Amino acid sequence: MSFLDLKNVTKIYPNGTKAVHETSLSVDEGEFMVFVGPSGCGKSTLLRMVAGLEDITEGDINLDGKLMNEVDPSERDVAMVFQNYALYPHMNVYNNLAYGLKNRGIDKETIEQKVNDAAKLLQISDYLQRKPSMLSGGQRQRVAMGRAIVRNPKIFLFDEPLSNLDAKLRIQMRLEIKKLQQKVGVTSIFVTHDQVEAMTLADRLAVINNGIIEQLGTPIEIYDNPESLFVAGFIGSPQMNFLNGNLTNKTLSAEGFEIKDINSDFEGEVTLGIRPEHLSQTENGLINLKVDLVEQLGSDNLVYGQLKDKKDFCYRCPGNQTIEKGANLSLNIENNKYYIFDKSTGKRVN
Amino acid sequence: MKIKPLQIIAHIILILGVLLMVVPIWISFASSSHDSVTILTEGMKFHIGDQLARNYNEVLNEKGGWSEEVTAAKMFINSFIMALGIATLKVVISAMSAYALVYYRFKLAVPIFWLIFITLLVPLEVRIFPSYKIVSDLGLTNSYTGLILPLVASATATFFFRQFYKTIPDELLESAKLDGANAWSFFIDFLVPLSKTMIAAMFIFMFVYGYSQYLWPLIMTTAEEYWTVVMGMKIIYTESYEGVALPRTAERFAYIILSMIPPVLVVVFLQKWFIKGLIQTEK
Ligand SMILES: Nc1ncnc2c1ncn2[C@@H]1O[C@H](COP(=O)(O)OP(=O)(O)OP(=O)(O)O)[C@@H](O)[C@H]1O
Ligand SMILES: [Mg+2]
Repeated sequence: MSFLDLKNVTKIYPNGTKAVHETSLSVDEGEFMVFVGPSGCGKSTLLRMVAGLEDITEGDINLDGKLMNEVDPSERDVAMVFQNYALYPHMNVYNNLAYGLKNRGIDKETIEQKVNDAAKLLQISDYLQRKPSMLSGGQRQRVAMGRAIVRNPKIFLFDEPLSNLDAKLRIQMRLEIKKLQQKVGVTSIFVTHDQVEAMTLADRLAVINNGIIEQLGTPIEIYDNPESLFVAGFIGSPQMNFLNGNLTNKTLSAEGFEIKDINSDFEGEVTLGIRPEHLSQTENGLINLKVDLVEQLGSDNLVYGQLKDKKDFCYRCPGNQTIEKGANLSLNIENNKYYIFDKSTGKRVN
Repeated sequence: MKIKPLQIIAHIILILGVLLMVVPIWISFASSSHDSVTILTEGMKFHIGDQLARNYNEVLNEKGGWSEEVTAAKMFINSFIMALGIATLKVVISAMSAYALVYYRFKLAVPIFWLIFITLLVPLEVRIFPSYKIVSDLGLTNSYTGLILPLVASATATFFFRQFYKTIPDELLESAKLDGANAWSFFIDFLVPLSKTMIAAMFIFMFVYGYSQYLWPLIMTTAEEYWTVVMGMKIIYTESYEGVALPRTAERFAYIILSMIPPVLVVVFLQKWFIKGLIQTEK
């Protein structure tokens, strides 16, 4: 059994909402697991069940070899960082960090040392005497992290802790969280709906949709080999292009072009997925794109346009290429990197 | 800074309000420092006279009542104990019952809350005979417990605490739970410090409420040693009707001034917290 083990976990809220469906998942010790998915897909619910803040309707959760279902949150030895930090407003930073230790009956000197160590690690030593209301968003974020770290818990749980920060700080804190987790080595679960955050932080990633885990794997596995239409569309920015097509006899016919010798025996209506970054310009390419708009990001250009059938399409090219609005581009798919999904079930077929 | 006409009007209204409150108190105070004869012949005074110490000493220490044993000082102590007991217990009990109502999601929480709320419709004066019966059956007449106990439940305070607790975000409780707090330590370490402004305000209101109780102590106490200030107020007036001597008007004023001091002290002492809570908003 692994460090954290979820077996057929289901959550049905008292009002009948089924937020999590028979989910099974294992997290190894020291691993950084990320739950990613659209709003309302049940990420927080799953995390809160691990913390003990929500009852488990069905299934088992094991942490470090012990069944957790009936264990009180205060006894689970888990720490959680909330979206709005939930710092204790009436206590100064020192006491915010020390509170959990005091409750465990640890002696004063040890507490002081642990708090000071954590504060140093997070660079909040200067604010120890301040109340949370006197801190900036980034500093509050650090205090929330400090409160989790100082107790040295079995597992860290993060519920979208970065979503209240501005874009720049978010990237900085993302990096710091990753470094910190590697330094401290505590098993962590991080919930986000931002796929960039998910990709950069995760050792492994669980893509959740409608209360089920659609796919579980390393970020690169998921990026390279999405198993469903949902995952393909969710991971990757800009989003993967999707085209309608028909697969017969290993030949895919989409609007305006054909691909032969496809590695699949599936017959019927399909969706063809192509990532904007897996395209290149050639003469007499498969795809003809009429350019509407070019976004210059510096390192890259995002070229938006339409195919023959007026279908929107995006192409990403290096920033040094100049592309004019209204131009007609001829594109090929690099290294046959395309994805074919059964149109009715959304499952990958190639 | 330019002063707008509206501000001038606002200030005039405020100043009038202050005068309305302060002038009668000042007149009482000034009058209490004269000779009773002066007051009776010349009317109330605006300036301080020379009988201040004598009058107050007399009021505080003269033995009165039928038994000629109870002094005003004793009545002040009684009132203070009663008001303090009522205010403290009211605050403690309502804070705790609100805690139970908000945080323990038992099925009957809402009906129970409304039941508590309905008691607002039956103040002590309405239920005074049943209350008296219970207290006397318990043998608590002529005791501080009897004075205090029937008044310690407060629907108003419970309601205010409940509304306040409801505004405290759930994450705070959850995060405290994960930090190992139990039900009791969440109350003591979180709710009490977070609601200290509220506690101070409630304490002030409830102290004044307890201090100004009249009917209950009147019915409850037969022994003079449990008389309260407000009861004394009546006695010093009746005294003058019976008395063959001149009414002791100056002493009456002194008594009135003295009777105002304990509630004023409570307000002055607690308003520091009160105002601190108002200006320093803690998120
Ligand atoms: N206390 C509750 N009672 C009833 N339904 C709830 C409750 N909490 C959440 N839900 C429902 O459960 C589903 C999953 O909610 P959850 O909070 O886990 O979503 P999420 O993935 O964290 O979304 P977000 O990214 O917006 O935070 C949603 O449909 C939500 O409406
Ligand atoms: Mg959520």
